[in-house]
Amino acid sequence: MTEASQLQTVLDGGGFAVTAELGPPKGADLEVVRRKAEYLKGMVDAVNVTDNQTAVVRMSSIATCAILRELGIEPVMQMVCRDRNRIALQSDILGAYALGIRNILCLSGDHQRFGNHPEAKNVFDIDSIQLIHTVRTMRDDRKFICGDDVEGAPRMFIGAAANPFSDPFEYRVRRLAKKVAAGAQFIQTQCVYDLKKFRKWMEMVRDLGLHERTHILAGITPLKSDGMARYMRDHVAGVDVPDELIQRLRAAGKAAEEGINIAIETIQEMKDVEGVHGAHLMAIEWEKKVPEIVERAGLLPREAQ
Amino acid sequence: MIVAERKPIADIKQMVESHERVLVVGCGACVTVCMAGGEKEAEILATVLDLAFKDGGKQFLRDCVERQCEPEFLEPLADKVDASDAVLSMACGVGVQTMVAQFPHVPIYPALNTLFMGRPLEQGLWSETCAGCGNCILHMTGGICPIARCSKSLLNGPCGGSVDGRCEVDPENIECAWQLIHDRLSEAGKLHLLDEIMPLRDWSSSAHGGLRRLVREDVVL
Repeated sequence: MTEASQLQTVLDGGGFAVTAELGPPKGADLEVVRRKAEYLKGMVDAVNVTDNQTAVVRMSSIATCAILRELGIEPVMQMVCRDRNRIALQSDILGAYALGIRNILCLSGDHQRFGNHPEAKNVFDIDSIQLIHTVRTMRDDRKFICGDDVEGAPRMFIGAAANPFSDPFEYRVRRLAKKVAAGAQFIQTQCVYDLKKFRKWMEMVRDLGLHERTHILAGITPLKSDGMARYMRDHVAGVDVPDELIQRLRAAGKAAEEGINIAIETIQEMKDVEGVHGAHLMAIEWEKKVPEIVERAGLLPREAQ
Repeated sequence: MIVAERKPIADIKQMVESHERVLVVGCGACVTVCMAGGEKEAEILATVLDLAFKDGGKQFLRDCVERQCEPEFLEPLADKVDASDAVLSMACGVGVQTMVAQFPHVPIYPALNTLFMGRPLEQGLWSETCAGCGNCILHMTGGICPIARCSKSLLNGPCGGSVDGRCEVDPENIECAWQLIHDRLSEAGKLHLLDEIMPLRDWSSSAHGGLRRLVREDVVL
């Protein structure tokens, strides 16, 4: 019960961390979780478990995280503000910690319009920045939002997301600064394809000294085809895919292999960007490719495991 | 103003089909301005229903009051309501319920769907503008309300779904409220306001806190 976050150990120790993402199944089938977990075990420092991503109902993040722990994988529990008010959020943070979960990623959450229950009523009682602050207050000040004492503080390693590619661009880093001020110790970014824009954003991050106050993990999503690349560009808000990448995928004999090559090159570029402390692999329904990417990017072995 | 739109005729027909003599009552306030339930719309609805039930021997009477949300404006309707066996109110939900309170012995049906508090952007287009949350922060957000106008009611800046000033929830029709706030504060040289973490809201003054009431001791008789 007292062990700390291994992810934090790697990052605070100055290592280049690797995290991956695991989407829970749209059902109660434990085998799906086991199969995906097999691909990731020993390959990464921690595995993010999404919380009903894109507002599609799946096995709960908290339960899936607990299962991953049993399988010997350190989870990062994603928690969104869309579906729970401050009462439920705080309750689940306590429950998650009691189950051995040590990392939390605080998100506002995708709007229900994009999911399979667009008729749902959303909550958004608090936003992602307020959630970060809430977890930190429960951990450091041992207080609930209302001011009551927390008996047994949840010693969470607190993370947040950042999107360097959405608008208003000049405000993006200032908003990141708010997340860091609220208590975000690590940041996982939106998928990086436009390296030029990402480098510009990192320059702004360094100008504010944020890279010394939080650990930034660059988001990496391998592209399976030029069609997927165009879809990401056109339909996922805040994802820029440069034309050169799309042409490269189109010209390649095997686009999926080329997509993996691009992901590996991006990780290698990221290692040299000052202030980037890791990579977050979001291989969407392609978790089996994570070992190859991690190995070829020269990120093995993961010593903390 | 309160923005509303008329329910589909099929729904309205279903409500009144068991009645013989129905009074259609328009309202001269907000719903007149947004062209949903004023005198003219009451006239049109009554005419449409006359035609729809032309073989059924039903009667659709019509009237309009200045404001259905205040009881004193409803008093002159008493005789007409008594002579009817149902009322179709073309007011907002407040008006309908004021009618219900005023005439408890007659079924009162809503002919409109009440949508939101908003303003006209152009002829035929209205947009939600105020959420009536009971704790106004417009002085901190450049005069643009993120609670009403951000799809997630975020309080600390735009989410990752803000692109080219549009909201990912419906880019064609929804502006990113936080882009607008950012631009307004930027022009005013007050961007520093967006560097402050806005604390958690007390929603008890909003609709989430249970029935809201206002008592003004200074005007109580």
